[in-house]
Amino acid sequence: MSDFIQTAPSRTLDKAVQDHFIAAEAPFSTIVRKGQTLRIEDSYGQQAIDTLFYNAGDYSERYSNQDTMREQGAAYITAGTRIISNEGRVMLTMTADSCGRHDTSAGACSCESNTVRFGHGTKYLHACRDNFVLEVSKHGMGKRDVVPNINFFMNVPIEPSGEMTIVDGISAPGDYVELKAEMDVLLVISNCPQINNPCNGFDPTPIRVLVWDGEA
Amino acid sequence: MQHLRRSPEEIAANRARYEDHQRKGLEFAPKALPAPSPLPAPPIDPALVLHRETLPGGWYWSTRVKTGETLRIAQEQGFSAISLIAWNAAETSERLNLVDTVKVQWTTALSKGRVIFSDMGRVMFSVTEDSSGAHDCLMGGSTAASNEAKYGQGLRNSRDNFILLATKAGLDRRDIPAALTLFAPIRVDADGKFAWKPELLHDGDYIHLRAEMDMIVGFSNCPHPLDPNPHYAPKPVTVTRIAAQPIAEDDLCRTATAEAVRGFENNAFANL
Ligand SMILES: [Zn+2]
Repeated sequence: MSDFIQTAPSRTLDKAVQDHFIAAEAPFSTIVRKGQTLRIEDSYGQQAIDTLFYNAGDYSERYSNQDTMREQGAAYITAGTRIISNEGRVMLTMTADSCGRHDTSAGACSCESNTVRFGHGTKYLHACRDNFVLEVSKHGMGKRDVVPNINFFMNVPIEPSGEMTIVDGISAPGDYVELKAEMDVLLVISNCPQINNPCNGFDPTPIRVLVWDGEA
Repeated sequence: MQHLRRSPEEIAANRARYEDHQRKGLEFAPKALPAPSPLPAPPIDPALVLHRETLPGGWYWSTRVKTGETLRIAQEQGFSAISLIAWNAAETSERLNLVDTVKVQWTTALSKGRVIFSDMGRVMFSVTEDSSGAHDCLMGGSTAASNEAKYGQGLRNSRDNFILLATKAGLDRRDIPAALTLFAPIRVDADGKFAWKPELLHDGDYIHLRAEMDMIVGFSNCPHPLDPNPHYAPKPVTVTRIAAQPIAEDDLCRTATAEAVRGFENNAFANL
């Protein structure tokens, strides 16, 4: 895996207030407070990191892929993107991106959609929506709260014809995104277990999540 | 944290399987998808009309629809985009899922012959007729803020319309899925920017959505956020609910792709 890449003088490992390693295929959640900076690191490269955000004070306000695309006027997420809620409010702002492009059109894998995409024989494979349901259930939510997500480091080009495919990830070991929280948010991650398409290079790998306090 | 890589043989086998799926999925579309449905829209046998509703510009409506019935959504009085959401009537946690719809069919461009999926790997609608092929799966509808930025205050928007119709159905804002907007000619350019392609629209455009499960369907007749018209001018949209008709063995939507076939197998199993 990669060495830690420092992106600002104050953003050192010993100053991080949270530092989590998330195993390949595992779910994860944590609170990120307003003003804090969240880093999601693709430690080994070519790993899709399926991510949702909820307002930590009111989970019925949550990430909206459609509002986020509409407000950017663009289908992909990159540095400068404002992460928008279903109430049209800015949840986080992407302040750094070493990769360049992230998907929010293709959603999370599920046992059910895997049967449609790859055949009924793939039903009994662990999938992101099961991770999401397990993780949001810890916070009193259920399947209806699992909405279209961001796929950090996943490459899903959309052609002018509308054609879309999931192609090999473009992230290298250590690639990262950083997001500044504009409200207290519940971060929920499914470190995607998908092995049927190239989103993980057919080999899901561990990731790292770090949080720093805002600079005074 | 350590990571034990999968074997090169496993990786190669999975990649080969994906590339085979991708080739079949992408090669299908240009060959087999039919031309757009003819204009003007053909008349509907009055004996088959269960209900006809005209949604004024800016307003919302929801209806129950039974398996096999068809909804004709038609611009009979001029141009308007109209947003749509849907829930399984028997289990409302199952709902419209556009990210799966575009992913499993390898395209964001819905048109005649395509289907629309729920989050449970089942088909909710078949697109049995469609004169435009110009529908937006990505951006959703308007909000109070998007309207205000463009037109000023006090105009009805799709977000609030969906909260109203969901709440009247006993649901709440947690239940509102990402919306499909019909007659919104959105495409994505090489830089990922959205563009409005008016050349894809025609006077009198219509679409037929055949229900493949019993559903609650919600509509909001509000301008799309990218509509270049600087004036808020949604025209009335007519929704006609048409009685179920026999479905042929070789029905296009049921046989068009391997993905659709498997989706309908999931429907059939759920109905046993
Ligand atoms: Zn996944």
